[in-house]
Amino acid sequence: MTVDRIAGVALVLFGLLTMWESRAFPLGSLHRPGPAYMPVLLAVLLVLFGVAVAAMGGRARRPAEVGWPEWRHAVAIFAACAFAAGGLERLGYRITMALVVAFLLLVVERKGWALSLALTLVMAWGSFFVFDTLLRVPLPRGPFGI
Amino acid sequence: MLETLQNLGLGFSVALAPGVLWYGFIGCLVGTLVGVLPGVGPLAGISLLLPATYGLDATRALVMLAGIYYGAMYGGSTTSILMRIPGEAASVMTCIDGYAMARKGRAGPALTIAAVGSYVAGTVSVVALMFLAPPLAAFALRFGPPEYFSLLLLGLLVLAYMNTGSMLKGLAMAALGLLLGMIGIDQMSGYFRFAYGVTELADGIGVVPVAVGLFGLAEILLTAGQENPPAVIRPRLRDLLPSRQEWREAHMPIWRGTGIGFLIGIIPGSAHVISTFVSYAIERKISKHPEEFGKGAVAGVAGPESANNAATSGAFVPMLALGVPGVPVAALLLAAMMVHGVTPGPLLIQQDPRLFWGFIASMYVGNVILLILNLPLVGLFVNLLRVPYPVLYPIVLVCSILGVYAVNSSAVDVWIMLAMGVVGYLLRKLDFETAPIVLGLVLAPMMELSLRQSLAMSAGNYTIFVTRPISAALLAIGLVLVILALRPLISRTLDWRARLPADT
Repeated sequence: MTVDRIAGVALVLFGLLTMWESRAFPLGSLHRPGPAYMPVLLAVLLVLFGVAVAAMGGRARRPAEVGWPEWRHAVAIFAACAFAAGGLERLGYRITMALVVAFLLLVVERKGWALSLALTLVMAWGSFFVFDTLLRVPLPRGPFGI
Repeated sequence: MLETLQNLGLGFSVALAPGVLWYGFIGCLVGTLVGVLPGVGPLAGISLLLPATYGLDATRALVMLAGIYYGAMYGGSTTSILMRIPGEAASVMTCIDGYAMARKGRAGPALTIAAVGSYVAGTVSVVALMFLAPPLAAFALRFGPPEYFSLLLLGLLVLAYMNTGSMLKGLAMAALGLLLGMIGIDQMSGYFRFAYGVTELADGIGVVPVAVGLFGLAEILLTAGQENPPAVIRPRLRDLLPSRQEWREAHMPIWRGTGIGFLIGIIPGSAHVISTFVSYAIERKISKHPEEFGKGAVAGVAGPESANNAATSGAFVPMLALGVPGVPVAALLLAAMMVHGVTPGPLLIQQDPRLFWGFIASMYVGNVILLILNLPLVGLFVNLLRVPYPVLYPIVLVCSILGVYAVNSSAVDVWIMLAMGVVGYLLRKLDFETAPIVLGLVLAPMMELSLRQSLAMSAGNYTIFVTRPISAALLAIGLVLVILALRPLISRTLDWRARLPADT
C-alpha cells in the first residue's frame, strides 16, 4: 500500500459520503440544476480523481517511508488547540491562552519556569491588551470578567 | 497616458495622507517580520491583522494588508541568505546562492542585492499593473455568467497544472475545496446545505480559518519537535555595499526576473514560487559561468528575488481587474474588501477610484519604505531569528487562534481551523499541495452561481459555454492545458520501455 493508494481511497470515500449526504436536497435536472446538483457533480469528480490517483500511485512512497518523527508534538499541539477552541468562550481569552502557552512551554517543550511564566503572561494578557483594549477587537471574557 | 498620470496623482494624494502612510508602514513592517520568521507566511500575517482593520476604512485596510503581502517577499530573503532557511516558500531558490555568498563573506552584498532587486521589481511591476488592470477591467465588463464560469474553470485548471506535484492531485484538491464551498445556504434555492445544525455555517466556511489551518497550523504541526536550527551568519553592516563587479552581475538578472515574475504572477497558482524557479533556471542557462551557480552566483540571488516581488504585483492584476483571486493571499484581500463594503470586480476601478489608485500609489510608497526599512534593520531581524522554534511556535499559535477567532467572534471558526490543520498536515504527508483547496473554497459560490445563471439564460442548453467566443476561447486554453498535462502519460503508454520495469 503506497501513500497515493491511501489518499485515493480516502478521496473516493469522501466523494461517496458527499453523494449520500446530498440526498437531503433536490438534485434538479441537467437543464435546471437544483441545490444538490453541484455537490453531486463535484463528488463524482472527486471519486474519479481518487480512483485515478490510486490507480497511478503504485510506485509512490510507502507510509513507513514518510517518517513521522514529530507526531508526539503534533498530538500535543492538536490537544492544546482543541482545548483553546472549547475553552475560549467558557474560560475567557486570557485564561485559555495562558493555559495553552504554559502547557506548550512547560510540559511539551520543557522550558524553564521563568521564561515560560513571562511568555505566558505576555502572550495572554499582552495580546489581549493590544487587540481588545487598543484595537477594540472584542475578545471573550470568562468568569469574574477576566 | 495623461489620464493614468492624473489618476496616479489622485492615488498619491490618498497614499501620502498621514493616516494611510502610517498603516502602509505598519503593513510593511509586519510583512517583513512575517517574511523573516520561518513557518509564518503572509497568509497568517494577514489573517491576524484582518480583524484589527475592521475599525478602519477600506483604503487603509487594503493598503496595510497588501503591505504585509509584498513586505513578506522582502523579508523572506533575509533568512534564506543568513541561515539557509526560507522565511517563506518563494525564497527557496535564494537559499542556494544567497547562503553560498554569505559563507564567502559576502552576506551584506547579497542582502543589498536582494533588497535592491526587490525594490526595482516591485516598482516596475506596479507600473505594469497600473497600465494593465484598467483596460482588462474594461474588457471584463463584457463578461456574462458563461464567461465568468469558463474563466473560473480555467483558473482552477491553470492552478492544478502549475501544481508542483501532479495535475491530477491538484485537480482533486480543487474539487475538495469547491465541495467545502458548497457548505452553507444555497444562494438560489435557500436550502441550508451540509450544516448539521451549526447555524454559524449559514454563510459558508470562512476563508480565514481554512487558510490559517492549512498553511499556518499544518506548518506548526509539521515542524514542531524538529531540533537544531542552523547557525546564523551575522553580516557586518559596513560591508553591505556590493562591489562594482557584483552590481554588474546583478543588473540584467534583476530586469529579467522582474519581467518573468510579473508575467507568471498574473497566472493563477503558486505564482511566486514558480516564478523564482523559472528565473533561476533561465539565469543559469544563459550565464557564461553556469558552474558558479550553487557556489554564490550573484545572478542566483538577484533573479529569483526580483521575480518573487514582481509576481506579487502580477497577482494583483486578476484580483483588481476581475475580482478573481489567483493566489490564496488575494482571496483573503478580496474577503477583506467585502468586509469593508467594497464589491470587487471589473467595476471597482470606476466606482472606487480613490481606493484603486490609492492602493496602486501605496505600493510605490511601500517599496521605498521597505528598501529603507530592510537594510539598516538587518541586525534586528537577525536577533529575532535566534529565538528558538520551541519558544516561537506557541506565540505563532496564539496569534493564529486570536486571528481566526476575531474575524467572526466565533469558536466554530477555531474548530474549523483545527480540522483544516489536521487535514493539511495529513495531505502534506501524503504529498498533496493544499493551495488549490483555498482557491476552490473561494471560487465555489461564484462558480456555482455563474453555472446556474448561464443555464437559466440558455434555457438549459450547455452549448452556451462554447457558442460565446470569449467563453469558448477560455475553455479552449483550459483544454490545451489538460492535454499538455496528459501528454507524458500518453507517451509513456506508447513507449515500450515503460512496460519493462513493471512494479519491481
